[in-house]
Amino acid sequence: MSSLVLILLTGIGLGALYFLVASGLSLIYGLMHVLNFAHGAFLTLSAFIGWQVAQALGTASWGSFLVSILVGAAVGAVFATLTELILIRPLYERHIEQVLVTVGLSFAAVALFEGIWGTDAINIAGPPWLKGTTEVLGAKIPNTYWVLMIAAAIVLAALVLFLQKTRYGMIIRAGVENRAMVTALGIDVRKSFTLVFAIGGAAAGIGGVLAMHYSTFVSAHLGATLLIFAFIVTVIGGLGSLTGAAIASVLVAVLQQFANFYLEGTGDFIVVVLLALVLLVRPRGLMGRTA
Amino acid sequence: MTVTTGVPTLIPGRKGAALPFVIGAALVVIMAVLPLLDISLPGILPGPTYTPGSLALLSLCMVFAALALSYNLLLGTAGMLSFGHALYFGAGAYGLGIALKYFEVPLWPGILIALVGGLLIAVVTGAVSMRVAGIPFAMVTLAFAQAGSVLVRRNQQVTGGEEGMRLPVAQVPEWLVGVVNTRNLYWFALIVLVIVYLVVLWVDRSRLGHLAEATRENELRVQVLGLRPYTAKLIVFVVAAGCAALAGIAYMLLQSGTQPSAVGADLTITVLVMVVLGGVGFRWGAIVGGVLYTILDQRLTALARAEWIETLPDVLRIPLSEPLFLLGVLFILVVMFLPGGIAGTVDSAIRRRRGERTRTQLRQLDDAPAEADAPVEARA
Repeated sequence: MSSLVLILLTGIGLGALYFLVASGLSLIYGLMHVLNFAHGAFLTLSAFIGWQVAQALGTASWGSFLVSILVGAAVGAVFATLTELILIRPLYERHIEQVLVTVGLSFAAVALFEGIWGTDAINIAGPPWLKGTTEVLGAKIPNTYWVLMIAAAIVLAALVLFLQKTRYGMIIRAGVENRAMVTALGIDVRKSFTLVFAIGGAAAGIGGVLAMHYSTFVSAHLGATLLIFAFIVTVIGGLGSLTGAAIASVLVAVLQQFANFYLEGTGDFIVVVLLALVLLVRPRGLMGRTA
Repeated sequence: MTVTTGVPTLIPGRKGAALPFVIGAALVVIMAVLPLLDISLPGILPGPTYTPGSLALLSLCMVFAALALSYNLLLGTAGMLSFGHALYFGAGAYGLGIALKYFEVPLWPGILIALVGGLLIAVVTGAVSMRVAGIPFAMVTLAFAQAGSVLVRRNQQVTGGEEGMRLPVAQVPEWLVGVVNTRNLYWFALIVLVIVYLVVLWVDRSRLGHLAEATRENELRVQVLGLRPYTAKLIVFVVAAGCAALAGIAYMLLQSGTQPSAVGADLTITVLVMVVLGGVGFRWGAIVGGVLYTILDQRLTALARAEWIETLPDVLRIPLSEPLFLLGVLFILVVMFLPGGIAGTVDSAIRRRRGERTRTQLRQLDDAPAEADAPVEARA
């Protein structure tokens, strides 16, 4: 029983991390049809800067932990906005080239991060509570998973509120639904492109700082590993669907943890098998619209 | 559609139509006699052309040119943006190693086993990932390549894990082993490149290739004509994978070993950079891109170790000492400002002089799905 609870809760926690990365990817794809390979680079840069800020303020305090998360979100948002303005916008409506540009950016960024922060992973520290565990029904859950769940819940709630209640959120939802119509109504849909990139970058930034605490180290390749799972999650959830991304994140991560525990560490492989199955049975994903 | 495609078409009887073949044959002959000559290209090759160092670099160039050619078949001819092409390259490399080490067969049956293995993987993964098209296809192929990479890294006893796999030299004929025989390996790589080129040329000229091209332009229309785009695309995918596996086999022999990075997404991205740099949709562009990238990578790595770089302030030193950073920036610049790549730019200059209209292949790839989507959006 306790191992079941352990697997389930750590799975949900890991799913929360996937969701932080995948939510931005899914929104960006839904609105702009751009697969953003540079998302991993946003995440990695946020983690590095967040770590530097936390170090400057003293790693053990909760204050510096929160500040580093906020700084990570800001760095991710700024990096993403600049990417959209400088690289994506000039290639308006040329989707393949937009994808290629983000590929080039991630390629260059990872090399640059290695140049600045070195090729070896840097071990990090945080508030001591994060290293501990909390007992739930006899299962000792590492505390980082709670933080991940809380952060993802806040981001999900904020995104849903923003998309449902604000004017810009409405434009974005309408844009995902039918972009031609939104443009025909005289709304400059390009502004919302930048906005979506900024939001996605901020979510990835939060994810980056938390992923660093989750894995207790930061390296230039932190983003690349997570990005592939985020891609799988967005395809399984249905491209462009936030709810789909949320459900698929948890599904994928829980399955991964179960496979890692009961099938001798085959979690990564099982996830790809799940992806193949979903594609065979339902190519548009769980919550995707018919393309 | 009246717009000319980026793929050069051979019109029988036109003056100069045989020229590319004459040039191609002459180039192959020159490359074949290169190990016997003493030519120095300072700044490009580490030494005269007969030295093992230069020959090894040139062989590597040819292996990557073959890989780029196979990727161009996928992206240029069939319009499929795959992020998992390295999987088949790695399947060739690791397949050969595993066949020699565990089945203890001689080299040539080993190559056959590796090739068949690569093709089988391609049939299965291709059939599944082609359930989706466009960007989702790119993501799914990436996931498959990642799974392959994980399998290679995890199964330490079989593949050597992170350490990589050494080529079991016992079964390899003596004339293909060691620095002394770099010349023979060079000729082997040249033969692989020529074979891959001929296969790609054959597919491009065949009905299959035309069908794949038509599918790239407008899949719905091909379906309405009663043809089967899925089968055509799958065959092209498998052929391209087979060519990649062959390049992987040559790589394994050349380097007498392989690392897990030969399967990973990074290699696919490298190949993508080569093809886009050279020009999507041009066979000679893919070769130029592959060769240029490999040489640039080597030269920039040498630059990173140069003494004058060390004396620069950090702001300049760090970017300049990261070859991949410079190549990534070059790639972004090419995509943004030279979308046809080298071959596309040369080709459109020639066509413009003849008074024809041109459009780069990448832009055509973008337009095709937009046209296919149009009726769907009208319904919604």
